[in-house]
Amino acid sequence: MSLDSRSAAPVQPAAHPKPSPLGSFLKLRELPVILALVVLVAVTAAVNPLFLSQQGIKDLLLNATILMILAVGQTLVIITRNIDLSVGSILGLVAFGTGSVFVAAPELPIILVFLIGIAFGAVLGAVNGLLITIAKVPALVITLGTLYIFRGINNAWAGGTQYFAGERPDAFGNLSVDTVLGFPVITLIAVVVVAVVAVYMLGTRPGRDLYAIGSEPEAAKLFGIPVARRVLLAFVVNGALAGLAGILYASRFNSVGATTGTGLELDVVAAAVVGGVAIFGGSGTVVGAAIGALLLTTITSALTALRVDKFWQQAIVGILILAAVVIDRLAGARAARKLRIAEARNV
Amino acid sequence: MTHLDGPGSGATDPIDPARTPVLSLRGALKTFGPVVALADGTVELRAGEIHALVGENGAGKSTLVKILAGVHQPDAGEFVVAGEPVSFRTVADSKAAGISVIYQEPTLFPDLSVAENIFIGRQPTGRFGLISRVEMRRRAEELFDQLGVPIDPDRVAEGLSIADQQIIEIAKAISLDARILVMDEPTAALSGIEVERLFAVARRLRDAGSGILFISHRFDEVFGLCDRITVMRDGAYIATHETAATSVEAIVREMVGRDIDALFPKTETEAGDVVLRVSGLTRPGVFHDIDFEVRAGEIVALSGLVGAGRTEVARAVFGIDRYESGTVEMSGEALRRKDPRAAIDAGIGFVPEDRRKQGLVMELSVERNAALTLRHSLARFGLISRKAEREAAETWGRRLQVKSGSPEHAVSTLSGGNQQKVVLAKWLATDPKLLIIDEPTRGIDVGTKSEVHRLISELAGRGIAILMISSELPEVLGMADRVLVMREGRITGRLDRSEATSETIMHAATASLESSR
Repeated sequence: MSLDSRSAAPVQPAAHPKPSPLGSFLKLRELPVILALVVLVAVTAAVNPLFLSQQGIKDLLLNATILMILAVGQTLVIITRNIDLSVGSILGLVAFGTGSVFVAAPELPIILVFLIGIAFGAVLGAVNGLLITIAKVPALVITLGTLYIFRGINNAWAGGTQYFAGERPDAFGNLSVDTVLGFPVITLIAVVVVAVVAVYMLGTRPGRDLYAIGSEPEAAKLFGIPVARRVLLAFVVNGALAGLAGILYASRFNSVGATTGTGLELDVVAAAVVGGVAIFGGSGTVVGAAIGALLLTTITSALTALRVDKFWQQAIVGILILAAVVIDRLAGARAARKLRIAEARNV
Repeated sequence: MTHLDGPGSGATDPIDPARTPVLSLRGALKTFGPVVALADGTVELRAGEIHALVGENGAGKSTLVKILAGVHQPDAGEFVVAGEPVSFRTVADSKAAGISVIYQEPTLFPDLSVAENIFIGRQPTGRFGLISRVEMRRRAEELFDQLGVPIDPDRVAEGLSIADQQIIEIAKAISLDARILVMDEPTAALSGIEVERLFAVARRLRDAGSGILFISHRFDEVFGLCDRITVMRDGAYIATHETAATSVEAIVREMVGRDIDALFPKTETEAGDVVLRVSGLTRPGVFHDIDFEVRAGEIVALSGLVGAGRTEVARAVFGIDRYESGTVEMSGEALRRKDPRAAIDAGIGFVPEDRRKQGLVMELSVERNAALTLRHSLARFGLISRKAEREAAETWGRRLQVKSGSPEHAVSTLSGGNQQKVVLAKWLATDPKLLIIDEPTRGIDVGTKSEVHRLISELAGRGIAILMISSELPEVLGMADRVLVMREGRITGRLDRSEATSETIMHAATASLESSR
């Protein structure tokens, strides 16, 4: 009774076998980035065996930790079809704040410092989230604004002051030195963060709502999903994670000051995109983004180990981003073609 | 609504008038700025009935549906669900009251799996309160078994056919235990078998005690499926009838019910030479063997239901879409396929259906838009002269009486009717021989509508051939010299002005498959 005969023939009931584990693995969005990482590490290790020494691995993980946490938070936001460009500034503010807290109250329990920093980050994230959901201005614009505002506050607060590692308790600095089973403590913190957020995104209703919102915002509204509340939540969590990253930054690096974390936001977005997170929302995983972060930092180390010029390192990161997007498009086009062929059978 | 597997009775039970309605909306008013979208939205839905809501496009059906869904809040009126007065502030409120709405355009999440689309926001949980994908998949499969459709619950929704998307929306409604199901033209894009499947499901839901509000343009469906029919016109309630006690003719009369000639200032013109000749145009699965011609000064209406393939034919003629076989000739010269530039050069203008998406650059100023198609002739040394641009825009704006504060204002600030005039201006400036206008007055209030009609009529009077696609019967009857009716990608009726009536057009557009094949 409709215009075309597309599916005029009775549809044959088809069995839908549960996808095999191998089949699902091959369909993983994260597969390209995992493969890229494996190949990169294998090639580099073959040329320079020191690359995979115990110290070498530890350095790789340490370098990736902070970017990993930031990429996880950013992924939450990007999945809802938003973006947060202010994370570098949030990290800077919290890192400098952490330095100040230790100078002002050296006896404060480290765990309390963590809580303060995370809460600080969450408040800054809430500022972003509220501006976006209430003013209904695109996140790109709002967070570009808060990028400068937060950085400005940091400048005004820090001035020329820098706090150095020596002004912080040894136990705090040791978080980036001590290892458990060969893993640096701060890396383990990042792994726990990735795991918790991954489970949240995969296994809880609010987590799935975030995907729905990014996939089709209009439908989400029609469906009665509390869009504003969920988007706000994503920004708050992202802020909190940027806060956590700021604390770990203060632990890992010697000095924190007015410019700490400048320019990080683009690395973070790059890590998410390389890790298979769709920039227009709706798909991608935090695990992918975390691996993307690991890949980006590993490339830098690998190219140094391979004695490649610094200039080329940046260009290669750029090529990776483009490759990630192209692979995603190709996969999408292939799926669409398959579907067309399947539908054509019914004509 | 849970017991779907009981034997479907098929026969309509005599309706007990003493039964309290599950839903009743009276005198609902909804305005958007100066435009009254709904003046008197009234409908009463009983448990265990399928109730049709019919009316022309623009009669206010969709606004009424959105009020039921909690998307719009009525400015006035009385709304009772299950005996309780309600006022929905959000979609969630409407859902909580047991109302499920299936929109004409299904609203799925393309990146999520089919199962997740059904259960989003209330996925079954298992261990540690986490979502159980196994359970979700099982329940989705159960729903599809009940509905008798083979859809893979694990597949992402992206790329599903409209029919399957509809089925998923229905599965969603069933799983929500909705007592009230509203279907807004669910069959517009379905094939015969899919429609039958949908109706079987609807009947079972009715027999299980649900109230179903069914909005459709197809009279065979309305009369075959529904127990009662409510007619709307111009945003207001007209009447409710028992289906058994009325006829297609009576319903159509109530739907149209106005003096068409007065609203449509049609000037009689002598048809001149053939300007456009289309023969054997075919694109498998979309349109077949389309033959027609349009003469200078003639208004030919392409009528039929939404989705009959009218727009697709127009796009193929203009060279936007490809076609497999057939020819398009302008003044005797064959046009290259898929070459809009050649179509423009041959003197075709195309005013698309969706002004926002295809006809106008909303952020640009009126003058820029009006001059958009003229860029070649206005340019000097490759640069466009602002002065020439403004002059061209002013000439046409004045002739069309576009009401805008200034030609420099962005088009998005204009009313729908004035936007349409800017689109017309844009094409008229190219001095076309043939103007294809898709739904010239969609979304335009009644007052401005007749201005647009007057314009079109004047253009024809100046010898421009007009091919007008319209879903609005009064517009077709009032404006057209000849009417071509399409159904399912074929021309099923060719009517002269004297032969064209609501009944003859509706008959050609909706006649059931059996009688036509």
